[in-house]
Amino acid sequence: MIMFVTEALFLVFIAIGLIFNALGVIGILRFPDVYTRLHAETKMTTFGTIFIGLAAIIYCTTAFISTKDGQYMDLGVNVIVIIIALAFTNATGSHAIARAAYKSGQMPEKAVVDKLSEVSE
Amino acid sequence: MPFILTAVFAFILYLIITSGSGDVLGLWSYEEIIAGVIVSVVAGAISGRFFCSNKNYRMANPLRWVLLIIYVIPFFIEMARANLDVAMRVITGKINPGIVRVSPGLKTDLGVLLLANSITLTPGTLTVEVDEESGDLFVHVINVNEKLAGKEIADEKDLFPIFNLVSWIRRIAE
Amino acid sequence: MITIWFMVAGVLSALILLAMVRLVKGPTAPDRVVAFDVINTLTVGLLLVIGIGFEELFFVEVAIVYALLSFVGTLFIAKYIGGEL
Repeated sequence: MIMFVTEALFLVFIAIGLIFNALGVIGILRFPDVYTRLHAETKMTTFGTIFIGLAAIIYCTTAFISTKDGQYMDLGVNVIVIIIALAFTNATGSHAIARAAYKSGQMPEKAVVDKLSEVSE
Repeated sequence: MPFILTAVFAFILYLIITSGSGDVLGLWSYEEIIAGVIVSVVAGAISGRFFCSNKNYRMANPLRWVLLIIYVIPFFIEMARANLDVAMRVITGKINPGIVRVSPGLKTDLGVLLLANSITLTPGTLTVEVDEESGDLFVHVINVNEKLAGKEIADEKDLFPIFNLVSWIRRIAE
Repeated sequence: MITIWFMVAGVLSALILLAMVRLVKGPTAPDRVVAFDVINTLTVGLLLVIGIGFEELFFVEVAIVYALLSFVGTLFIAKYIGGEL
């Protein structure tokens, strides 16, 4: 029973991860300007990769419980470190790209309201 | 003080990464622990003055780290909601973007960093610029409704509808 | 269960190729940086999946280092585009 539940959860997490990664890539191909592309990029690919990492953690935990091999625990802990590193670096990186795009003179397309342009001039 | 804090942080990180390698306490081998002590002392000596550059030792309190770990739960729920929202927008192509100003009133660098990262990963928003003097954030929102467009300074409630993440961050970092 | 990991690796590689369309096409430099960032994130995921699939720790450790170094690369390109370098 537990075996079945973990396996189902594992497959669901992998499916969610792949779907969100695919939507992120489709998003950067479809959206009209840099800022909206950054929305798709940062949220979708980070979320998708986090879910693939969670599936990896589930796999490593079940393997560690059934075989008692320290190698699986090592793998799982490293995956947790990757998830934390990705969540922090992706958000900060996209912030840097957005700031650089604004400084290089790209205005957000179809913007309803732009409070930053009132300040920076 | 910066040296000791950085060395302890590096050593804990080393222990986390190498867990499962041997028999001490069931997790680590003696070789890894000795190598970890040497490496973390070197790391503390070299990078201590960068790691603790603002002479602010609030994060040395372990309680704040526990709060930071608990913070993951409301953050993750907001993030899942945001992702479903943006996924719908990727499929339908309905966008209504704009840049609004938020004034959270956080003073420490770490608080502003955490909030900017949380905003970037949550509901259809993306931090574009930080006003260094007042700590105000300029946020690109993918769907600006009329109420938000009329306001001079947007509320936190408009950005995080489910949980009040700003007060969480204030409790963690200030 | 092992073969699933390699199927996932294949899908991720296809997504990386798809993201390269934006890298080649992108009208402005920031667009290309966005595509580059997507490719970095997907590469970290790909290394992770391959590491679990082969049950080899080195891939996963390389993924950690790659995530941190690609972040530094993105920051530098962003600074350059913003005219601060």
